Amino acid sequence: MDKLPIKMKAVDLNAWFSGKQALSKINMDVYSNKVTAVIGPSGCGKSTFVRNLNRLHETIPGATVEGAVFLDEENIFKPRYDLVDLRRRVGMVFQKPTPFPTMSIYENAAAGIKLAGRVPRPVVDQAVETALKQAALWNEVKDCLDKPGIGLSGGQQQRLCIARTLAVRPEVILLDEPCSALDPISTGKIEELIHELKKEYAIVIVTHNMQQAARVADFTGFFLLGELVEFDVTGKIFTAPRDKRTEDYVTGRFG
Amino acid sequence: MIREIKERCFLAAVFFSAALAVLPLIAVLGYVFVKGIGALDLNFFTQLPAPVGDPGGGMANAMVGTFILVGIACLVGLPVGIFGGIWLAQYGSGKRGFIIRYSADVLSSLPSIVIGIFAYVLIVATMKRFSAIAGGFALGIIMIPVVTRTTEEMVKMVPRTLYEAGLALGLPEWRVSLQIVFRTAWNGIFTGVILAVARIMGETAPLIFTAFNTMYWNLRIDQPMASMTVQIYNYAISPFSQWQAKAWAGSLTLVFIILMVTLVVRKYSKRVYYG
Repeated sequence: MDKLPIKMKAVDLNAWFSGKQALSKINMDVYSNKVTAVIGPSGCGKSTFVRNLNRLHETIPGATVEGAVFLDEENIFKPRYDLVDLRRRVGMVFQKPTPFPTMSIYENAAAGIKLAGRVPRPVVDQAVETALKQAALWNEVKDCLDKPGIGLSGGQQQRLCIARTLAVRPEVILLDEPCSALDPISTGKIEELIHELKKEYAIVIVTHNMQQAARVADFTGFFLLGELVEFDVTGKIFTAPRDKRTEDYVTGRFG
Repeated sequence: MIREIKERCFLAAVFFSAALAVLPLIAVLGYVFVKGIGALDLNFFTQLPAPVGDPGGGMANAMVGTFILVGIACLVGLPVGIFGGIWLAQYGSGKRGFIIRYSADVLSSLPSIVIGIFAYVLIVATMKRFSAIAGGFALGIIMIPVVTRTTEEMVKMVPRTLYEAGLALGLPEWRVSLQIVFRTAWNGIFTGVILAVARIMGETAPLIFTAFNTMYWNLRIDQPMASMTVQIYNYAISPFSQWQAKAWAGSLTLVFIILMVTLVVRKYSKRVYYG
C-alpha cells in the first residue's frame, strides 16, 4: 500500500455547507490503476468528498472548503488552478444518469470534446466510437447514434454518461453511486466495466452497497459523520476492521 | 340515496360552471366568424383600404404593418427579456434579483396604454412624428416582462445535475450556461416567446399614438405604419356599414392568426422534455 503510485491525495480536507461541517480532516489517497470505494451511511460526507476531488462541491452556493488535494503532487486548491483542466483530468459520473436531453447519443458522447473547441469531425467520430466501446455500449447504439440520448434505458444512459466522461480521456474517474438508480443486470455490466477501466484509470466509487464495494474495490474508506473512520485494503475493511464503528457498519449493526 | 343526489347535484353544478366559462369564448368566436366571413375575400388580403363608397379594398398594408411592428418589438423585447431571464435564474437569488423580478411583475401589470404614452414621450416627441419604431418599441416593452419571467422559469426547470454534468466534463461555465442549460430550456422559452408575440399582436392602445396609422403602403420604419388592430379600431368606430364590415373581417383574420399561433405552440410545447 505504501509503495503504490499515488494519483490523488487529500490532506486535512474540511468542507462545509453554509457553515455546517460536512467533512472534517480527511486524509486519504487514491492510487493509480486501483479502484477505491467510499462507503458509509447517508449524509456521512462520501459524496462531498469525491465532489471535492474535481472541485464541484464549491459550485453550490454557500459551500466552502479548506485543506488540500493533490493531483500528481500539485495542489488543486492553489490559487488560479485551472478548473477546466482539472475537470478534464478528473472525470465524474453521477448517481442519476444525466444525458443532455437536447442531444443525440452521438452528441452526448461527443459533448466534452466538441463543446471544448474545434475538433475535426473524423477525430470526434473516432473518439466517440472508442468511448462507446470502452463503455460497452457501442454494440447497442451503433445503429441509432442520432436518436436522443434520453430515449435509452436507465442502464444504457448511465453507460452513455460513462462514455461521455471517457471521451475526454481523463486520468481519474469519480463514480458517485453510479448504480443506485439501476437494476441488477445494468449494475453487473457497470461493475464489469469498472474492472476493465481500472487498467487505464484511477477510479473512485461512492457506494451505498457494501457488496458492491467488496466486489469492485481494491481499497475502501469508511466515512461516518464527515470523518474518515478507516481506510484500508478492501478485504481488511470487511473481514478484519480495526475500528469498532467500521465493524458495526459492515456487519449491518447500524447504517 | 341522499348522498347520491348530492353527488349528482354537485356534478351538475360543476359541469354547468365549466360550460358557462367556455360559453363566452365560443360566443365571441362564433359572432366574429359569422359577422366577418361575409366581408372576407381575396381583395381583403391584397388591396389597400378603399375610400367609403368605393367597392373592394382590403387591409393588406395593415397585415404587413402588424408583422413589421411585431418584428421590431422582438428586436427590442427578446434580447432584454431572454438575457434578463437567464440572469434572474442564475444570479437573481439576492436583493437585486428580487427588485428586478418585482419590477417585471409591475411592468407586466401596467395598462398597455401607459406604455404607449411612454413610447410617445420618448420617441414620437423626440422624432416629432409617428413611426413604426415607436410602435414596435412600445410593443417590445410589453414583451419584456413576459419573456423575462418565462425564460427564468424555464431555465430554473433545468435540473442542476445537468449543469454539474457539464462542468464535470471540463466545459467552461459560459459554455455550460449557453450550450447545455439554455439549450435545454430553449423549447420552453420559445413557447413563451410565441405566446408573447400572440399577445402583442392583439394590442391596440399602445399603437394609437405611436405607430399611428396610414391608408397607404409604407415599409419605412421611421414613418407612421398601419396595423390590423388600429385599422380595425378606426373602421369599427366609423359610421359607415361598409367599413364596419371590414372591421369584422379584420377581427376574424386577426383572431384566426393568433389562434393558429397559439395552437401550433401548444402542440409543439408538449414535446418539451427534461431528463
